This record gives sequence, C-alpha cells and structure tokens, in this order.
Amino acid sequence: MVTEARAVPRARAEVSWWRRNKRKILRALWLGFLQIFMTALVITFLVPTIWMVVSSFKASTEIFAHPIVWIPKKWLWRNYVEAATILPLGRFALNTLIVTSVATLGTVVSSAIVAYSFSRLRWPGRDFFFGLLLATIMLPEVVTLVPRFIMFRWFKWVDTFLPLTVPYWFGTATFYVFLIRQFLRGIPMELEDAARIDGCSRFRILWQILMPLSKPVLATVTVFSLIQHYNDYMNPLIYLNKMELWTLALAIRTYNSQYVANWEWIFAVGTMMLMPMLLLFIVAQRYFVQGITMTGFGGQ
Amino acid sequence: MLRSVRAWWRRWFTGLAREETLAGFIFASPFLIGFLVFIAFPMAYSIWLVFYKWDLLSPPRYVGLGNLVKMVQDPTANLSLYNSAYYTVFAVPVQLVISFTLAMLLTQPIKGRAFYRAGFYLPIIVPAVASAVVWQRVFHPEVGILNEVIGWFGIPPQKWLWDPKLAKPAFIFMSFWMIGRQMVIFIAGLQSIPESLLEAASIDGAGPLQRIFHITIPLMTPMIFYNMVMAIINSFQTFIPAMLMTEGGPQNATLFVVLNIYRNAFQYYNMGYASALAWELFVIIVGFTIAQFYLSRRWVYYATE
Repeated sequence: MVTEARAVPRARAEVSWWRRNKRKILRALWLGFLQIFMTALVITFLVPTIWMVVSSFKASTEIFAHPIVWIPKKWLWRNYVEAATILPLGRFALNTLIVTSVATLGTVVSSAIVAYSFSRLRWPGRDFFFGLLLATIMLPEVVTLVPRFIMFRWFKWVDTFLPLTVPYWFGTATFYVFLIRQFLRGIPMELEDAARIDGCSRFRILWQILMPLSKPVLATVTVFSLIQHYNDYMNPLIYLNKMELWTLALAIRTYNSQYVANWEWIFAVGTMMLMPMLLLFIVAQRYFVQGITMTGFGGQ
Repeated sequence: MLRSVRAWWRRWFTGLAREETLAGFIFASPFLIGFLVFIAFPMAYSIWLVFYKWDLLSPPRYVGLGNLVKMVQDPTANLSLYNSAYYTVFAVPVQLVISFTLAMLLTQPIKGRAFYRAGFYLPIIVPAVASAVVWQRVFHPEVGILNEVIGWFGIPPQKWLWDPKLAKPAFIFMSFWMIGRQMVIFIAGLQSIPESLLEAASIDGAGPLQRIFHITIPLMTPMIFYNMVMAIINSFQTFIPAMLMTEGGPQNATLFVVLNIYRNAFQYYNMGYASALAWELFVIIVGFTIAQFYLSRRWVYYATE
C-alpha cells in the first residue's frame, strides 16, 4: 500500500514533466533526425564528385572491377602524367587561361564603363538604349549562334580566340552591365559632383572613385564571368577546330571518345578542371552567394 | 516640329549638358557598337537566313517559306521539341520541390549549416563538361555506381543512357543534382522573412504546417517564380549533357532542341534551316516566359503591393 501511494505522485510528476518538456523533446528529436538525414543526403550529393576524384587515382582494373572498388589500393599519380602526355594538356590549360582571363577582363571593364553611362550620365536616348539592353538579357544565345558564326567566318576569325573574347569587350554581357548599373545607382551623386568641381575628369571619377566603391559587385561579376567562360563549351566547339587552340572544356570530349578504355584519364582531366573552380569557390564563396542572391532579386 | 528639334538640341547639346551628352555617348559606345555588331546585326541576319538555303559553300538560294514548312513537318525537329518539353515538364517542378525543401531544412537550427550548404552547392562548381563525363559513368550499365546502389535495394541493373525509355529520366535525375543555385536563392528568401510574422502566427495557434503553407510559401512566391522562369529557360537550352553523354541517342531519345540546331548548322551545314529552328526555340521560350508572367499575377505575392 505504501509503495503504491508513493508511486502515484511520481507518475504524475513524470506526466507533467513530459508535458512541460514535450515541445523541447520533440524539437530535439526533430533536429537530431534532421542532422542525420541531412548528413546522409549531403554525402549522396557529394558521391559523384568524390567518385570522380578518387577514380582518377585508380588503376584501370579497379575502375572496371566487379563489385565496385571504392578506394584504390595504390594512389596512382601516374594517371595524371599519362593524361597530360597523351594530349597536350598543358597547352589546353594555357588556352583556357588566355580565353577565360581576356574575356573576363573585357566583361568587367566594358560592363563597368557602360554601366557608368547608363547610371550616372544623362544623354538623349539613354532610356531607350537601356531598354534594349534589358531586352537582350533574356535573349538566348542560340538565336544568334548561326549568324554570328557566319559573320565571324567572314571576319576570318574562325580558329582564333577572337570570337571567344572580342564580343565581351563591347558590353555584350548585358546582365553584368545591369548588375553594375544597379549598384552604381546606389552611390550618392554628391561624391561625384565634388570631384567634378575639383576638375576631375569623368574617366578618373569612374576609375578612382566609383570603381573602388563597387568592389563587391565587380568581384561578383568577375567570379561569374570566370565560371561562364571556363565552362563554355558551345563556342569553343564551333570556333576552335585546330587542336592546338582547344580549351580544356573542349578537350575533355576527346578523352571521352577516343580513349574510352582509359577512364582514369577522363577522371583525371575532370578533377584537374574542378580544382581551379574549387579554389575560386573557397576564396570567393561570399561572392558566389552574393551574386546568386543579386540575380535572384535583380529582376524585380 | 523644327522648334521642338531646336529645343531638343538646346536641351542636350548646348552649355553644360553638351559635355554630359558627349560623355554619355562615349562611355556607352562599347555597348552601342557591340549591340549593333554582335546582337542586332546577327538577329537581323538570322531572319534573312530563315528564307534561304545555304551550306556556306555554294551561294545562298532563296526558298521562301520552305524552311518554315519543313520545320513544322520535320519529324526529327518535332521529336527534339517533344524531348525538350518532356525534360522541362518533369525536371523543373521536382527541382523546385527539392531545392525548396533543402532550403527549408537548411534554415533550421542544425549544426554545420555552412558545410551542408557548401555540399549541396558543390555540384554547381563542377565544370559542366566534367559532370557530364562523370555522370555518363555513374549511369554505366556494367560499372556505374548507380546500378551498384540500386542493387543494394534489390533493383536489377538498368541500361539508363543506353535505353531509349530511361535516357530522358536519367537526364532528369541528373538535373536534380544541380539545384544549388535555386537552393541558395530560396535560402536568401527564407532568411528575409521576418521572424515576427512566424511568431505572431504561432501565438495565434498556427502549427508548423500551417505556418509553412500560409506564411512561408506565400511570401516565397517571388523566388519560386524567379527560379521557375530561369529553370524553364535553362532546361530548354540543355546542350552539354546531350552532346557529351549520349550525342542525342539512343534512337534520338535525348536529341534536345539546341543539339538539333547545332547538328543542322554545324554537321549538316544547313544554315537557313538551323536559323528557323533557333527562332522557333526563341518564340517558345519567350512565349513560356510571357505566359508565366501573365499567370504570375494570380499566384505571386509581392509585399509592396
């Protein structure tokens, strides 16, 4: 009897403890479950990339083994050396570097200059031309693919880097012009007026006052432009026929078709292509996210 | 008339305004030239090309509406449209659901959120050509890791990219891997929802699901709309995976519109016909986009209105 009498209040205490903490417990359980679930999911998402990197060190026999060999017995750096000697990979990397950097530099410089005119100067027809600029943002590249090819062929630009670089020096990456313009509009005019009174030229205002203030947006445009040109496949495919002009993106096709037997080379080239982007992401992660959110809210 | 021209001239080309007008044109000149040479002229030229048959070797031959008639009847062109439409219709909604769900979960107070976000974003960092060649091998019938994984659940190995029935679903599956951009936009949107609004709803007795459906989702409709428009535009322009993984096969199951345009232009040297196909795609994309903006008035909520 005595024990029962004691047990009742304890049970009551337990119930009320559960009631009092029900929310907290459920929340902790939910967060714990979420933590495990997300970990599993993120690993799943990472598998193809990790598989590529790891496989680039495998021996051919391990790649084609049944069941799958996930981790190589010996890590073969040799694969990279072989992949780089079977085709002039260094040359492709250099080409990629040239095209990507020249096109990106052109994009940033010309976009900044044009954006300055559209944001801080008043001239007749400005709004009309800005309307045109906005309209071209939505224009899919494929519409002008054929006529541009014919035009560049007529210029004798096929099998040069010019079609991949020159257009970007003319503010034709209109989306970036738009981004920089939006940013420049937020900088107070008084800053510029003061410099004008002191006899500062427009070019110096742009270069020495506005550009240093616009670093965040310029960095975003640089990062996005680098990615775009590094990844570009269609344009090199059309314009670069000679092997000594190929970019990495274009060269991977040859590893993919001609040397099908040596998958480790494809994985090695893929891994090599990933590394600069990964480095860029680590260094400039802030601008990736910033750029995406800017684009997200840009249209409104 | 003359007076207004004169007034216009005085407004822009005399005194202090003159310097600014001149500077305006000079600074805008890269775009003004670039627009004419690299955008406007090619577009006009492209319209001209639609009415000609030209292989770049012999002189162009006027065919009137021939290319357009051919385009409507060409079973390959129509198949490529069907393939792109199929891909878009099935890939985009699921992409949006996945990226939105991930964004919701990643704004919960779990540990290491930055790591998870980076992990889900990583596939976007992988160069498109590299992910194409890797995924071709993920789908490989004999040594691909996908067959290995589904084998753990007792599902027999499939031929994926080598099976006309499964090739498009395989592409769609692969597209779910690349939802990092959409996810980041959703996360930014979710973070901008005022906490007070959700708390107020909580106090009024709204459960978690009610808060999601009556507060979070309505407030997120601008981001959902933006992601949807962009995803549809991008899906219709899929090229790299089709070119590198399947070359349009098997049996043209992954012959998407842009690949078909590329082939007609640069493998069959049919410049006029390729231009016609490109315009068709353009009209479809613009049509879809306008329709979505029109429909958006019914479901997208802008806080400022």
